[in-house]
Amino acid sequence: VDASIPYMVKPHPVTGIPNGKFGIWLFLASEVMLFGALFSSYILLRSGAPQWPPDGGFASDYLNVPLATVNTVVLITSSITMVMAWASLKQDSLPRFRLFLGATIALAFCFLVIKYFEYSHEFLEDRFPKTNNFYAIYFTMTGLHGIHIIGGIIVNLYLLTFGTKLWFKDKQHFTNRIENAGLYWHFVDLVWIFLFPALYLL
Amino acid sequence: MSDAPASTAPATGHDAAESFGDHGEVHVKSYVVVFVALLCLTLVTVGISYLHLTRPVAIALGLTVAAIKSSMVAAVFMHLVSEKKVIYAVLTLTVLFFLLVLLLPVMTSGGNLSNL
Repeated sequence: VDASIPYMVKPHPVTGIPNGKFGIWLFLASEVMLFGALFSSYILLRSGAPQWPPDGGFASDYLNVPLATVNTVVLITSSITMVMAWASLKQDSLPRFRLFLGATIALAFCFLVIKYFEYSHEFLEDRFPKTNNFYAIYFTMTGLHGIHIIGGIIVNLYLLTFGTKLWFKDKQHFTNRIENAGLYWHFVDLVWIFLFPALYLL
Repeated sequence: MSDAPASTAPATGHDAAESFGDHGEVHVKSYVVVFVALLCLTLVTVGISYLHLTRPVAIALGLTVAAIKSSMVAAVFMHLVSEKKVIYAVLTLTVLFFLLVLLLPVMTSGGNLSNL
């Protein structure tokens, strides 16, 4: 009896795509709503405040724009290395895939380290989520985003190590997995593209 | 695929290389172009913020640049330029609900967004 799950590699006749890819898109749709609710809260908090940031001035007076700019570049770079990791598999090159996925993971760690410096600076200055609504929404949104970065690192680390075994059994299946991991990773980048101006610049 | 055959002669080097599988072509050149564009637009956003324009103008500009950047990521890195209908359907529904959620504050605060 063939007990393998159907349409893991071949496109499902109804959707035209493998089930894994359909699944990751549905998951991303739910993620849009999760972050959407927080962006909505951000608009509500901001529009309800007498001034924003609460203590006057600009957001850039309170948050470190140069560091966040570097982090934006880091994340954008990790997005192209991620798509290149997938492209390398499509071109049948496992060594290049390992190089690019490794770079993606390294850049993700880099993002977290920079974020750590930002957070610790805020804490040193006695600024916490409880300080005011500005910091509350800042820490909530960047915190949730940071958790997503950690999630991506875990998945990508698995795919770079133990997960690679699948390549030797079924190239297409493994390539599809990397594509799905990539879709998630690009989404995390996409969220940051909005978070950065919303929190730091506007 | 949008930027497929006609325009460019026989695929140069590894760009748009022949790959196994039945979907998802590789377009290395597009990835690099988008990457450079994203870097430039990041600098543009940061640059604009240092001008300290009036809030409405700054917000409009900031969101426009962010929208352009995110569209490029979605279209090229996430291959949305050439996806199956079912994904477009899911995303259309998602965008509708996303806009609804974003508009909730406007609907509940009686349209008083003057402090933005």
